[in-house]
Amino acid sequence: MIQYIEQILPALLSGTKMTLSIFFWTLICSIPLGAVLALGLVSKFKPLVWLLNLYDWLMRGTPLLLQLIFVFYGLPVIGIIFERYDAALFAFILNYTAYFAEIFRGGFQSVPRGQFESARVLRLSYGQTIRKIIIPQVFKIVLPSIGNEVINLVKDSSLVYVIGLGDLLRAGNVATARDVTLLPLVLVGIIYLALTAICTIVLKVIEKRSSVWR
Amino acid sequence: MLEIRNLTKKFGSKTVINNLSMTVNDNEIMAIVGPSGAGKTTLLRCITGLERVNSGAFYWDGKQFDPANPDKGDTIIGVVFQDYQLFPNLTVMGNITLAPTMVKKESKSQVTENAMTLLKRLGLEGKETLYPYQLSGGQKQRVAIVRALAMNPKILCYDEPTSALDPALRDEVAQIILDLKKQEMTQIVVTHDMEFAKHVADDIKRVEQIQ
Repeated sequence: MIQYIEQILPALLSGTKMTLSIFFWTLICSIPLGAVLALGLVSKFKPLVWLLNLYDWLMRGTPLLLQLIFVFYGLPVIGIIFERYDAALFAFILNYTAYFAEIFRGGFQSVPRGQFESARVLRLSYGQTIRKIIIPQVFKIVLPSIGNEVINLVKDSSLVYVIGLGDLLRAGNVATARDVTLLPLVLVGIIYLALTAICTIVLKVIEKRSSVWR
Repeated sequence: MLEIRNLTKKFGSKTVINNLSMTVNDNEIMAIVGPSGAGKTTLLRCITGLERVNSGAFYWDGKQFDPANPDKGDTIIGVVFQDYQLFPNLTVMGNITLAPTMVKKESKSQVTENAMTLLKRLGLEGKETLYPYQLSGGQKQRVAIVRALAMNPKILCYDEPTSALDPALRDEVAQIILDLKKQEMTQIVVTHDMEFAKHVADDIKRVEQIQ
């Protein structure tokens, strides 16, 4: 059995690399994008709010799987062609940005108005207020919800399977189908568990660090 | 000297302040009193620029200014809010030094030194590294006072400074306000507490509900 594991492990690990690559790039792009869109969602410029709400509704109201298929198999029909990997990233970033934007919007709105006013009478500019006072408070408020999405993303990344990307799940499935054994799928499960465990620990550490103030 | 001439403030069609004029002399304490809903806090919010006025003008030493649209380098009004509104993510020192360093571009060391002097004066020595949640209500209020003072305002305004405090602390705030007066700080205190107003104020402005 050990021998078999050694045999399929390289394939699984290369799949893990794809999974992690989708995971990190999605996070790195969609968290800042989400924060910026959230500022738009709480702005007073109604057309912008309306547009962003529409975007949110589309992204959160349809399955990520549909969005993936739409981007990779659908868009070429009208002449927009993505590489597999780019299509996956594009769909994931669009989708996760919508979720993060909603989370950040909630965070922004739960910072008391008085904090803005307090900053205002101290003559801090809007940018300074956002950077020094609002963002740190929002960050702390949204951390648990962001954590949820991060864990979800580890698992959601397996959806790229549908457009033929060689991620962790696909690697396991291929081995199971070929060798008629459950072991690859069990290993895949273990690797996902390890990944989510690492995320959980990292999030706990960040949460602990941010609890020096309340 | 602060002069307010013919200030009118409406929320929609409801007039909250009607054609009010008042003068606050240098180094004096003006108390604004009146029943709940009479527009005391609204008046203070107009003076501090948090509400735009419908009509009326503000003058500092004869020169007109717009509190809602202040000149960058010129801090006329400082505010201590009813619920203090300290920044929870910054230490006491961070709360005090943020605006002077970022807005007035004063050097960190000079601002810190100035802050230490103010903290000492208000009995907050040794608290500079604490976060707001680690302070009592009275201490938070004093930090809010120091934070406002650090911007060197010409006038310091308080919104209901006694409302969240027990009787012993109430006297303490009165003492702080009177001490600041000795250091030639002009102050405006909004309060529903007539006794407190009489104790600290040189002049009392009554506002009444508009029928």
